Amino acid sequence: MKVAVLKGGRSLERGVSLRSGARVEDALERLGHEVVPLDAGADLVERLTEERPDVAFVAMHGPGGEDGTAQELLEILGIPFTGPGVAACARCMDKVLAKHEFRARGVPTPDWFAFNETAFGELGAADALGGIEERLGFPLVVKPSRGGSSLGVKFAAGAEEVPAALVSAFSYDERVLLERFVEGRELAVSVLGGEALPTVEAIPTGGDRYDFEARYEIGRTTFACPAELSDADSAAVVKSAIGAYEALGCAGFSRVDLILAEGGPQVLEVNAIPGLTDTSLLPMAAEAAGMSFEQLVEKILDLALKPTAA
Amino acid sequence: MRSSAMRDLMAVTARPEVISLAGGLPDTSTFPPQSFAAQMTRIAQESAAEALQYGPTEGFEETKDCILQVMGAEGMLPEAEDVIVTTGGQQAIDLVCKTLVDPGDVVICEAPTYPGAVPVFCSYQAEVVQIECDADGMRVEELAAVLERLDAEGRRPKFVYSVPSFQNPAGVTMSFERRQRLVELARRRELLVVEDNPYGLLRYSGEPLPPLYQLDGGDFVLYIGTFSKILSPGIRLGWAVAPPPVMEKIVLGKQASDLCTSTLTQYFVREYFAEGRWREYIEDLVGIYRQRRDAMLEALREHFPAQATWTEPEGGLFIWATLPSYIDTSDLLAKALREDVAFVPGQAAYVDGRGQSSMRLNFSGVDEDEIREGIRRIGKVISEQVGLYRALVRDSPGMPGREAEDMPDLSKTEPSSGSDRNLTLSEPDEGDVLPFRKKGSAG
Repeated sequence: MKVAVLKGGRSLERGVSLRSGARVEDALERLGHEVVPLDAGADLVERLTEERPDVAFVAMHGPGGEDGTAQELLEILGIPFTGPGVAACARCMDKVLAKHEFRARGVPTPDWFAFNETAFGELGAADALGGIEERLGFPLVVKPSRGGSSLGVKFAAGAEEVPAALVSAFSYDERVLLERFVEGRELAVSVLGGEALPTVEAIPTGGDRYDFEARYEIGRTTFACPAELSDADSAAVVKSAIGAYEALGCAGFSRVDLILAEGGPQVLEVNAIPGLTDTSLLPMAAEAAGMSFEQLVEKILDLALKPTAA
Repeated sequence: MRSSAMRDLMAVTARPEVISLAGGLPDTSTFPPQSFAAQMTRIAQESAAEALQYGPTEGFEETKDCILQVMGAEGMLPEAEDVIVTTGGQQAIDLVCKTLVDPGDVVICEAPTYPGAVPVFCSYQAEVVQIECDADGMRVEELAAVLERLDAEGRRPKFVYSVPSFQNPAGVTMSFERRQRLVELARRRELLVVEDNPYGLLRYSGEPLPPLYQLDGGDFVLYIGTFSKILSPGIRLGWAVAPPPVMEKIVLGKQASDLCTSTLTQYFVREYFAEGRWREYIEDLVGIYRQRRDAMLEALREHFPAQATWTEPEGGLFIWATLPSYIDTSDLLAKALREDVAFVPGQAAYVDGRGQSSMRLNFSGVDEDEIREGIRRIGKVISEQVGLYRALVRDSPGMPGREAEDMPDLSKTEPSSGSDRNLTLSEPDEGDVLPFRKKGSAG
């Protein structure tokens, strides 16, 4: 089969995407497929039209590749592709939109308030900050609404740290959210074809919890898979994760990040196209389920070509 | 934000449409292709077999002759036998660490320091202590205070690393008085100073200052030079000058690393110097870079907000700008990249996460029009952040309008504060040996 691997692009997660893409290409070659590596740029449509692949493996992260843009182009060209469709990608990429969907469908997610830059610049939203801080409490988390990984995500321990955290978050998106900080265990549930793979727990070995680096570099965080959870906790976590996956209309595969707090799981976000590098969590979860990386890649391809195969 | 996140961000700066003020690239476009072709042809015709062969680990005598000419132009007169030709100045830094540094050893450098030196120090597990700079370079009084504190802990740094002229990244130059004091301090304490001087001949204004090596006579100063900024970084030719006991170890280290520096490019440098126009070429570069520096300074005055400060270098390739403390330049870079412009976030020049509100700007790699446009775009995103911050803190009681700098203002000379914040010193290292001894002395 002729498989185009879409990777790179212009997003800030270009580097991670290139690593994901390279690993997928290796696996596809070992599986005997004809691989067409495509670093997504201005010639993407031209190259896809020229190559006419049977299927596109989307290994792009961040805006452009993970937000429905590349998926829309693939739909127009009539090329089947891996991972969630246009609408699901768009919902996953926008944390505010995603959280509204969670709430609407009863998926637990921490309280939040969202603003765009205009609200502060023109509508005096700064005057509302005090009230928000009172309702969310400290520490609180400030995040850009759209943006993968944890770029621009800051903790504010007190009111004096909120403005600078907002300035940082607004560097990545015109909309940001202030979210209640939920103390608990950090879990990631990879969902493959609607089924949850074994849960991964991220255990920080020190330093900031929301550290971009820690997600991609070995040694800064240790991971346990499957996470040691009671049957009740495990069931609640999987239920929330599948609920979140379905709430956003995901298909193929995705990764749900959540916190297991005292009162139960709280979903933070869904990554439409999670990392596929050597240190990424989806391949780790697949391995714990007895799947090799090649088997995972083959399964993801099958799901793209026969969406009902799940 | 640490190295790999920085790497990922920097990967995006390589897009062709991005005006990059991030690199440290000299402009190699003015080197005449005809003379390059003629020199390489001559090598092929007259010395093909030799040029394609291994060479001595220390480098060819003919290369050393060229090096002595370059150092002579700044008033230094080393012995050829004290010189080793290295694969770029970067290898010289690596070899010095390989030779002298054991895990846990203290290495002292400037704050901010050359971002490319940080990973080298870290890879040899040195404990890096950074000494603040101001407009007159490293604060030597602060260095003296830190050395005394280390004494009290029974610790002795392996060396002090400094780029005294047109420092990368800050663009500042160590004053004559501080150079004298540093050399005296090194002599009195028998402490090795590693002087990295890639830009010494690239002076655009002000009077030349003697290198530390010249002031000291080479007793306690190990000198690192390079052809990268005065000829080409692509040929990967640099050098180190060290007295015999240290040199022996460096040669052994070099042998283990790569046997010898490229023979072919050493032949090229020999041919190039034989033509006798190397100083004219540097004069051409000085003319080009002076205009670019001036264009960048003018653009900074026009486009950066009043709360920003920056250094005004008399030479070299870099300007260091510092913004209000509420702006994180790593995040600012993400915003700048959407405007297709890039710089190096200041954090890359510190080992402890400081430098968050500073940035390094390069003015040698792109022409004046691009410099002006690049600075305009960066100024625009900074102004947006300043405006946003102001909107955020308005009327908030107890919210100081924090415009104050966390960082010292490198554009001004400040009295030494003896500041030692953020220095982390661990347990004394009992087995510490003198890193370096004066020629002829015991040990």
